[in-house]
Amino acid sequence: MSLLDVSGLTVSAGRQVLVDDVSFAISAGERVGVIGESGSGKSVTSLAVTGLLADALSASGSVLLHGTQVIGAPDRELRPLRGPVAGILFQEPLTALDPLMRVGRQVAEPMRRHLGLRGTALQDAVRSALVDVSLPDPRFAGAFPHELSGGQRQRVATAVALAARPRLLIADEPTTALDVTVQDEILTLLDRLVSERDMALMFISHDLAVVSRMTDRIVVMRSGRAVEQGTVGQIVGEPHDPYTAALVASARALDSALDAPASGASDGEASR
Amino acid sequence: MSAVVEQQIEDAAPRRRGGRRSTLVLGLSLTGLIVLLAIVSLIWLPYPPSDISGGRLEAPSAAHLLGTDKLGRDLFTQLMIGARIALLVGIGSVALAAVLGVLIGLIAAFARPWVDDSLSATLDVVIAFPVLLLAMLVVAVQGASLWSAILAIGLAMSAVVARLTRILARRVLQEQFITAARTSGTRWHGIVLFHVLPNIAPTLGVNLALQFGAAVLAEASLSYLGLGAPPPNASWGRLLQEAQGTVLTAPVGAIAPGVALVTLVLGVNFVADGLRDFIDPTRRRQR
Repeated sequence: MSLLDVSGLTVSAGRQVLVDDVSFAISAGERVGVIGESGSGKSVTSLAVTGLLADALSASGSVLLHGTQVIGAPDRELRPLRGPVAGILFQEPLTALDPLMRVGRQVAEPMRRHLGLRGTALQDAVRSALVDVSLPDPRFAGAFPHELSGGQRQRVATAVALAARPRLLIADEPTTALDVTVQDEILTLLDRLVSERDMALMFISHDLAVVSRMTDRIVVMRSGRAVEQGTVGQIVGEPHDPYTAALVASARALDSALDAPASGASDGEASR
Repeated sequence: MSAVVEQQIEDAAPRRRGGRRSTLVLGLSLTGLIVLLAIVSLIWLPYPPSDISGGRLEAPSAAHLLGTDKLGRDLFTQLMIGARIALLVGIGSVALAAVLGVLIGLIAAFARPWVDDSLSATLDVVIAFPVLLLAMLVVAVQGASLWSAILAIGLAMSAVVARLTRILARRVLQEQFITAARTSGTRWHGIVLFHVLPNIAPTLGVNLALQFGAAVLAEASLSYLGLGAPPPNASWGRLLQEAQGTVLTAPVGAIAPGVALVTLVLGVNFVADGLRDFIDPTRRRQR
């Protein structure tokens, strides 16, 4: 049985359809990338998977998360799944962390709630969670989010998302808001943590290079539909959908621009 | 680009914070003066409150710092008792408005649309009435006393607090960190206690401090109209009213309670203004 089984998921805001009949599955330990342009319904899909759509949006179809039907389920039934089964890492860590709560407390809350840790055991768990995301200095636990750099914040957000030891990590464009050099650090960190903990990963991005680095299988979304899915090799090797082909072509153009000396760079820009 | 903007904000911050700090100090001194009067009045008064041995409408002298009123009572004694009443009404009604208002505001913010709509409509109607008129209605039902003044002003102000709380809470609820908290299974009461309340507290606190000044003024107005604490409670509003007839012959009787009133209200408003920077850790800890 899959950890996450999405079939015929449709999300609409009034008459506007944001996600249109999308189906895909993620097994335990599998890494799946969801790629698409802005507004293609990637983020809405990630929220629908955990039943956290805004009130104005309505979802139909089927989302089985660890065997529980998410669509139409009351919060009470979904709460035990949020954290231990699926954790979400958001794009912009500054808005995803409570500005007035110390970092250590934000990491501690899911542990207290789902793992039942208290007192020194909880403190130790928070410390080791921060060490896991390469924030070894114990002072980080007492800091407020605005006192940290963008990369440090995303590390904290990662620690929060992983605090309850989820079996599936949903990363919603986790590096889009970061500097390129910091992006690489975060991707390396996520790569390591996902392998170490044998988690499944749903990696959402608009960047084909990043997605093919992080995942084994790709779902391509456009205008709310899943237009193509396959292994990274299939998608990059022989894209069927014109949008996928365009993505691959632009990635190749960038690659060759980077390989070619000096003058090649401007060509790469032009073809994008 | 945002780094440049942040730098500009940081450059501007110390100067502004310096200004805020002196505002806060001034506000605390003015308020402290009145608080001191009220505390001393609990232990010691120059004359017993009903002592009429001073002679009528005497000018300020060593024996009577601010002179006496038309019944021969020491005015400074009355003023000290008035400070007690003003602070009691301010604290009492703001506490009532805070508890009731925040509760109603949070319910409206979390409720289904139709509950929210009907609550908001009710609040709008209540807010449309002047505080004084509502207070007079309550006093008419309850009878004039210190407690009905507190109840009346507190109830009227709770509508304003409720509306503010609702708006602030709504805004916080749309933040992504609320969604993030929910993705880790936080229950709604955890969301309220740990995320919503701390994030609305700075703005709400400043507003409540402003409301305190308004409450003191409202009590003075009620007393002036004879609807506040009845004699022998010497509310500043009643002192003003009593001095009205003799304002030309003995102006100190009207000026003194007026100055006391302005001192407290101005002091509290300065505190509210100065407080803004200090209760918000994101601003306090910058730099």
